[in-house]
Amino acid sequence: MHAEKSLAHDMTTYQKWIAFYTMLRKDVVRMFRIWGQTFLPSIITSSLYFLIFGAVLGSRIGEMQGVDYMSFVVPGLVMLAIVTNSYTNSSFTFFQSKFFARSIEEQLVSPMPPWIMIAGFISGGVVRGILVGALVLAISLFFTNLHIAIASAGVILLFAVLTAFVFSLAGLVNGIYAKSIDGINIVPTFVLTPLIYLGGVFYSISSLPQAAQYVTHVNPLFYLINGFRYGFLGITDVPLATSLAVLFGLIALLIAVNWYLIRTGLGLKQ
Amino acid sequence: MSFPALVIKDLKKTYGSGTVALKGVSLEVPEGDFFALLGPNGAGKTTIIGIVTGLVTKTGGTVSVFGYDIDKDTEKAKTQIGLVGQEINFNPFEKVLDIVVNQGGYYGIPRSEAIPRAKQLLADLGLGDKMTGQAMQLSGGMKRRLMIARALIHKPRFLILDEPTAGVDVELRRGMWSYLRKLTGEGVTILLTTHYLEEAEQLANHVAILNYGEIIRNGTMKDILAMHTDEGQAAEGYRGGRLEEVFLQLINESDK
Repeated sequence: MHAEKSLAHDMTTYQKWIAFYTMLRKDVVRMFRIWGQTFLPSIITSSLYFLIFGAVLGSRIGEMQGVDYMSFVVPGLVMLAIVTNSYTNSSFTFFQSKFFARSIEEQLVSPMPPWIMIAGFISGGVVRGILVGALVLAISLFFTNLHIAIASAGVILLFAVLTAFVFSLAGLVNGIYAKSIDGINIVPTFVLTPLIYLGGVFYSISSLPQAAQYVTHVNPLFYLINGFRYGFLGITDVPLATSLAVLFGLIALLIAVNWYLIRTGLGLKQ
Repeated sequence: MSFPALVIKDLKKTYGSGTVALKGVSLEVPEGDFFALLGPNGAGKTTIIGIVTGLVTKTGGTVSVFGYDIDKDTEKAKTQIGLVGQEINFNPFEKVLDIVVNQGGYYGIPRSEAIPRAKQLLADLGLGDKMTGQAMQLSGGMKRRLMIARALIHKPRFLILDEPTAGVDVELRRGMWSYLRKLTGEGVTILLTTHYLEEAEQLANHVAILNYGEIIRNGTMKDILAMHTDEGQAAEGYRGGRLEEVFLQLINESDK
């Protein structure tokens, strides 16, 4: 008998884990297969930043909040790599499976519940964000005298993972809504990049005029970069608890949006 | 208790553009049957399949698969179904074996179980020597067979084939017919849409003919073919098979 009547049940926890693992494995295999597109660009870009800000400009700028400028910039550049890679991975992977080959149908016809699909799509983004962030951090050690204490390593890891999580979720929303390749590029170019650069990657907001400081406080990236910088250098413009609260708030909001979109099939089903 | 493989009641679909695709379709596919859903382009066949498999949202009506409502018992219903879609819908950069094994993963089948099963299916479908290559290297007919292997990896009780032999040469098509007959012999219920009416005539036990989103005829193949008469044949040139003649007759009547 070919047909299996025993399969007439909801997916078990183990089967859901297998479904999630399959999606994660598939994406990780893909990102390593095309490593020149997934890992290399951030490594080259960050190396250029370190070279320019460290060797050329850093010595002229001097110190920022009591630490040498190069060390001050490292957390922001690592965060930049995490944010852009996790976002791009989720948005592009989803968009590609939706439009280029319609392979999203492989998942849509399967019994996996919407939250497994969300977890599957964002997990690749989290992995890529963390891997590229770690590579950029490793490169920074060639240019700076950073010493990371064991105690602060936990804060760094926490912020790295949560940030990758947030931007993978955000990228997925973008991927679901995007109707063309332009729709994938518009948000990173015109929204994400300005938010990152104006969020304090290269400066402390204490060096800004009062009005600009207020504006910076509505930028979510500001909190993430500061929490991350606290882990590295023990300095921050806002309390750590505030940064964590912003991160968890964003995660809750983005999970709800993604769940709604996939559950209802908006942007996915006809 | 035994349930029909598919029960559709008063199924309606209006797309966002305002196009009314289904106007209240009711249909029943008995368990173990080979059922052909026929109709001209745009009749609503693919919309029905899309709704049953979760790719299209319905506007109204109910659908159940082996007694499981697709809205209330979605996971149970979906585990019963295998879909071979009309369009090629796999990532062409992936390896042939990976496409089938990953599909098993989405149904919760671990790789240790899925890999030997996938190899067997691919070998059965004549793709044994293509497993490690990229899917983009396959010919059109091979891609269709890969989609069949992928649809069968979780051993579905109900296989839905949306024009599976489109663009496939005669020899390969005959081979696919044999394979599908073998599946029904093993207890798999099959719903087939096709524009090759001789294919439906050869394979199906039941037929439903759809036009403009409505079922215009539904019955056993024997009953449908019995509607065929030879009257007026000499007045026209090419003559198709018996099902083709009945199909054209019914569609023409429906269009009036």
